Amino acid sequence: MDDERRVLLAHGGGGRLSRELIEREIVSRFGQEALQGLPDAAALTLNTPSIRFTTDSFVVQPLFFPGGCIGDLAVHGTLNDLAVSGARPLYLSLSMILEEGLPWSTLRRVLDAIRAAVRASGTLVVTGDTKVVRRGQCDGIYLSMAGIGAGLEAFSLSPASIRPGDVILVSGTLGDHGMAVLSARESLFLDSGLVSDTASVFPLVEAMLPWASGVRFMRDPTRGGLAATLHEASVGCGFVLDETELPFAPAAVVIADLLGISLLHAPCEGRMVAVVAPEVAEAILAVWLGLPEGCGACRIGRAEGMAGRVTLRTMIGGVTLLDMPHGELLPRIC
Amino acid sequence: MKGFSDPALAGAARRLSAAIQELAARLATQGKTVRIMEVCGTHTMAIARSGLRHLLPANLLLTSGPGCPVCVTGPGYIDAALEMADRGACIVTFGDLIRVPGSKIHLAEARARGGDIRVCYSPMEALRLAQEAPDRPVVFLAIGFETTAAPIIGMLDLALQAGVKNLFLLTAFKCVPPALTALIADPEIRIDAFLCPGHVSAIIGADAYRFVAETQRIPCVVAGFEPLDILLAIEGILTQRVSGEARVDNQYQRVVRPEGNHKIKQLMARYLIPADVDWRGIGVIPSSGLALRPEFRPYDAEAHFDLEVQPGRIHPDCQCGEVLKGKITPPECRLFRRGCHPDHPIGPCMVSSEGTCAAWFHYDPIGIPENRHG
Repeated sequence: MDDERRVLLAHGGGGRLSRELIEREIVSRFGQEALQGLPDAAALTLNTPSIRFTTDSFVVQPLFFPGGCIGDLAVHGTLNDLAVSGARPLYLSLSMILEEGLPWSTLRRVLDAIRAAVRASGTLVVTGDTKVVRRGQCDGIYLSMAGIGAGLEAFSLSPASIRPGDVILVSGTLGDHGMAVLSARESLFLDSGLVSDTASVFPLVEAMLPWASGVRFMRDPTRGGLAATLHEASVGCGFVLDETELPFAPAAVVIADLLGISLLHAPCEGRMVAVVAPEVAEAILAVWLGLPEGCGACRIGRAEGMAGRVTLRTMIGGVTLLDMPHGELLPRIC
Repeated sequence: MKGFSDPALAGAARRLSAAIQELAARLATQGKTVRIMEVCGTHTMAIARSGLRHLLPANLLLTSGPGCPVCVTGPGYIDAALEMADRGACIVTFGDLIRVPGSKIHLAEARARGGDIRVCYSPMEALRLAQEAPDRPVVFLAIGFETTAAPIIGMLDLALQAGVKNLFLLTAFKCVPPALTALIADPEIRIDAFLCPGHVSAIIGADAYRFVAETQRIPCVVAGFEPLDILLAIEGILTQRVSGEARVDNQYQRVVRPEGNHKIKQLMARYLIPADVDWRGIGVIPSSGLALRPEFRPYDAEAHFDLEVQPGRIHPDCQCGEVLKGKITPPECRLFRRGCHPDHPIGPCMVSSEGTCAAWFHYDPIGIPENRHG
């Protein structure tokens, strides 16, 4: 029966159908602890000197792409905003805007993906909301999540603390998510084997804790890719990258080449860029390489030169600028 | 994948660079400089992206020609597309054109105001849209050199076979060889050699440049797009200059044949005829464009909407024309980084992904303050 069932406007109307949707699909998946009894607001107790609080919205198209879907992407995106701010993610909210006529089976697949990603991270969904809009007023499902995390006081992160000679590390190949979504959207290269890198980067952050004082900056390079992330971090010192060291998936290289997109501008959703003091770089790289999330980690360059300037040393020995992306490179990739 | 860390490739790059230095030094002792023009936007970008320009000896200059089809398309073309959108057409375009300035606004602005403007990666998308909405005119913005004209005409051929009646091309196709003739004829431009495009040559063939080498004594080398391809082509050009020869070398034989692709040329000739067309900033060049044959007027967007592409209005300070002819480098333009910027483009050379100004803006470290530590 669920194969033919659709989301109706009444499922967001606050009446019996709303209740049914929440109980059957939400409470059954997330209804423990704070969500128990469906209060209007979650009551939380936090034993931490400081918290981090973030919010993000997700409108990716298509909803399902190789390696993930809007559901796990939303969880990972929210977890990662907390993680790279130096926090242990604890609690999440989940708001859904559903389009009238959405197949019930699609909703269930997305919610299953959310549940799996939340469980894997050890966090809890503690509050949420569902609205249904008329057909044509949204594109299937839009998700909005907020997250609360406990500050990890060992980290003292600031781009201004980056010094010449600091080392840039990345946790894996760059731009996979952008190319995977684009190939799904355009029905191009679907047999390329390329999958989105969507994942939580918190294990990478946690692994850096023993050397936290040597970590200057960390970020998951989402929209705008590595280029935008490094420009953002270059407020105190520039960066020089070595083209021969940049890690790319072969299939992503082919897709990006054909579409005329630079993988350095393409988004990742489960990678980490960290700028660290040279004396801790080797230790962090070694511990990352031992984790599934960091098995493709490598060093790609160093802090050098004047603020705001990111350059690339090319294979033939030339030097080029690595500019910020301009214009609408890839809309609706997250 | 670490594509360029292969020691064999790095070694080949070093050997070619050394050979280029040596050949250039021999020419320098004779007081000779060599100005090489590339006439392909993909080469322009590949050169910029590799940082090659600043590794070359002082008497060897790389200059960019009119190799970007978007850059040689006038604002009146965008105006015409906008008017068709206003009149209810669905406009389908490659992404490159979306932010190219028309006389007043660009296509992205028109889309934000409600115009139905779609960006596609393949012309086939236009055919699909036309078949999905047979009552609605779908206009494909058909610009490009021979390389791009081929798949667009292939799509039109399929549309005809399928009996599609609501698909129209707004054509502004350009051909490379007549542009070379016009550049050579300009007394203000000195070109000692051409780096000829790889993709275009796959269609038209390397022999298409023989008239340049044979009648003008200007060496031509057809090259691919990897940094090594370009180094190899430069070495080939210098070898010809040192020996005083002028011929067409095809260093992209893995893709390009002397006679080109006969089948595609035949298909294109069935639909297209040479036409005198206007190149933005350069002017009208005889037989330098391709227009639909009269019998295919029902598929011509200008005929269907009964409007003719006008020249349009170009910003009075825009020097894209000078850049396209290699008379100035982008930083020598009055507007470069001073009002013209990829986010606020005044000329198409700044916004096209293959534009010369975009290449310099995005990749060239000169003109950005030098770093204090390195």
